[in-house]
Amino acid sequence: MTTISEAPAAAQDGTARKLTYVKAFNEGLAQAMREDENVFVAGEDVAGYGGVFRMFDNLLDEFGPRRMIDTPISEAALVGLGVGAAARGLRPVVDLMFMDFIGVCLDQIVNQAAKMKYMFGGAVSVPLTITTASGAGLGAAAQHSQSLEAWLAHVPGLKVVMPCDAYTAKGLTVSAIRDDNPVVVMLNKVLLGSKSEVPEQIYGIPLGQAHTARQGSDVTVIALGRMVGEALAAADELAAEGIEVEVIDPRTVQPLDTETMIASVRRTNRALVVHEAVTFGGLGGEIAAQIQDAAFDYLDAPVLRIGAPFSPVPFSPVLEKAYVPDQARIVQGCRRLLERS
Amino acid sequence: MVHKAPRKSAAKITRQAASTVTHPASAQVIRDLHERMVRIRLFETEAGKLMEAGKLPGFLHLYVGQEAVAAGVMTALRDDDQITSTHRGHGHAVAKGVSFRHMYAELYGRVTGACLGRGGSMHINDVTLGMLGANGIVGAGIPIAVGAAFAARYKGEDSVAVTFFGDGATNIGAFHEAANMAAILRLPVIFICENNGYAEFTPQSKHMLITDVADRAASYGMPSVIVDGMDAVAVHHAAAEAVERARAGEGPMMIEAKTYRYYDHQGVKGLRHPYRSDAEVEEWKARDAIDLLEARALADGTATRAELDDTWQRTRDAIAEAIAYAEASPLPDTADLLLNVYSG
Repeated sequence: MTTISEAPAAAQDGTARKLTYVKAFNEGLAQAMREDENVFVAGEDVAGYGGVFRMFDNLLDEFGPRRMIDTPISEAALVGLGVGAAARGLRPVVDLMFMDFIGVCLDQIVNQAAKMKYMFGGAVSVPLTITTASGAGLGAAAQHSQSLEAWLAHVPGLKVVMPCDAYTAKGLTVSAIRDDNPVVVMLNKVLLGSKSEVPEQIYGIPLGQAHTARQGSDVTVIALGRMVGEALAAADELAAEGIEVEVIDPRTVQPLDTETMIASVRRTNRALVVHEAVTFGGLGGEIAAQIQDAAFDYLDAPVLRIGAPFSPVPFSPVLEKAYVPDQARIVQGCRRLLERS
Repeated sequence: MVHKAPRKSAAKITRQAASTVTHPASAQVIRDLHERMVRIRLFETEAGKLMEAGKLPGFLHLYVGQEAVAAGVMTALRDDDQITSTHRGHGHAVAKGVSFRHMYAELYGRVTGACLGRGGSMHINDVTLGMLGANGIVGAGIPIAVGAAFAARYKGEDSVAVTFFGDGATNIGAFHEAANMAAILRLPVIFICENNGYAEFTPQSKHMLITDVADRAASYGMPSVIVDGMDAVAVHHAAAEAVERARAGEGPMMIEAKTYRYYDHQGVKGLRHPYRSDAEVEEWKARDAIDLLEARALADGTATRAELDDTWQRTRDAIAEAIAYAEASPLPDTADLLLNVYSG
């Protein structure tokens, strides 16, 4: 029942510093821009306005209009600009504002950025970072609230990261920018103002490495993005009853660190996967299949998936609250798994 | 001096006689144009034969008939200038200097190909020559060229990016977004519309209400010119002017070249759904770009018949050698199926 912290360096010398998720992202991006002259940012309202979520605050002042570029609302051309610039040796960061807008530029992401290296016989790399805000919970309704990681994780050539707190928002963003592949950084809108300890220096978090956010021996909960916080809260609640929940944050959903999950399930014998995206066709199905493939004999119950119902994200707060998985549903799911075995 | 060309209908340009060509051209430019056009023509006709003989897997979108456009543009470029191409990309690749060996080996799916056998006809590239790939998605190369131009300016280089696309591609959003983006960012991009009159099998009159695609450039504050796409010298001059302008930081420009595809959208000649008449094809062939250039070269003494014939023969020999190389090349190892999915 130990909570594992990655113990940011600052915390050890007693100068722990907390930042909001959005400020941590901003700091990581700024540091990556200082680290590499080839990094630039393009998108709608990223420069003059600083981004609608203030993700890019103050960057125009420091880096100027050469490296902070406001573009028209033209996502296909924007991502294409990123692909072409990346193929020519730059490290573009292009911002899609809301993840739901990905539909209008999916060709450039899926058919161009993701496949270019492979199709070209390895002749180019596409070190492109796409930042975007995902997730429900702000009453933004069906076209501004989706979690579409399963679409992108399905495409060979792409990487997809889902920061769950300020610490990972910074570290995963830095790693995305340093990576030589196209990486989609799915920031979570509800978490933008949430605070956690963030080291001041630049740091990356390895892509494709899951993090065990809490150790436990009774149930493994694999939670994506914002669901990590809900799962940790559920674990606290169940701990009071003597149920010890292990919480795993994949951090990167493509590539997906299944080894960490499988090793955990072999110890706990029960697994629950939770994500904001609709359950049907979501990553929960993939993770469940991989666990059953590698740890079938260890399972005391079928792997349980918790996701959103098969519906667009609703607007009215009462509906939206019922739609998005939360602590209570995770607690209920864990109990169900324990009752079955 | 850039100008908006007076409107001319495709038919009017079709009927222009070779003798109306007035652009001056050095002997060197004429010979360069001729060589590149012959290389494209023979590469494509041989590829078509290989396909019909069942030797090549996959699709082939052949460029025969449009050679003056690729040759005219590429003779106005430097090696460090970048291009993005289309599903009908062999001509651009050949004209940019991609080797016959790499191209044929790719068409054969061999590991020695331009894409190591992973891409095929629609993904032939050579980034060392600024050839940023053919592209299987109509219009998708256009924004990528905008990015290449952005990178050049960002790095303080004076190279330009040229994007080729057809009349049909100007109906897709990526064209409009990229044209506006290039214009507002004032990037060194040259938009080359190869108007061959057909979007796959649909004639231009049935896919847009305007006659001149170049009219679309005005919506983005971008100058444009229309050229006879069967006149390689005219294309060369228009391209050289646009390139000079772009290199000088004056922003993007569009060139519409009225041209024609002798073969079908895919392959050589389909057997069903006649969507155009043989007479129409013959009318265009009567103004064949290579014939026009040879007639001009012979008339002004730039080249002798023997010299022109020598170009054809040398090219035939090089192609035969490249096909033999491709056929003798090893197939990819299936153990390497996942090679290059990711970097690092």
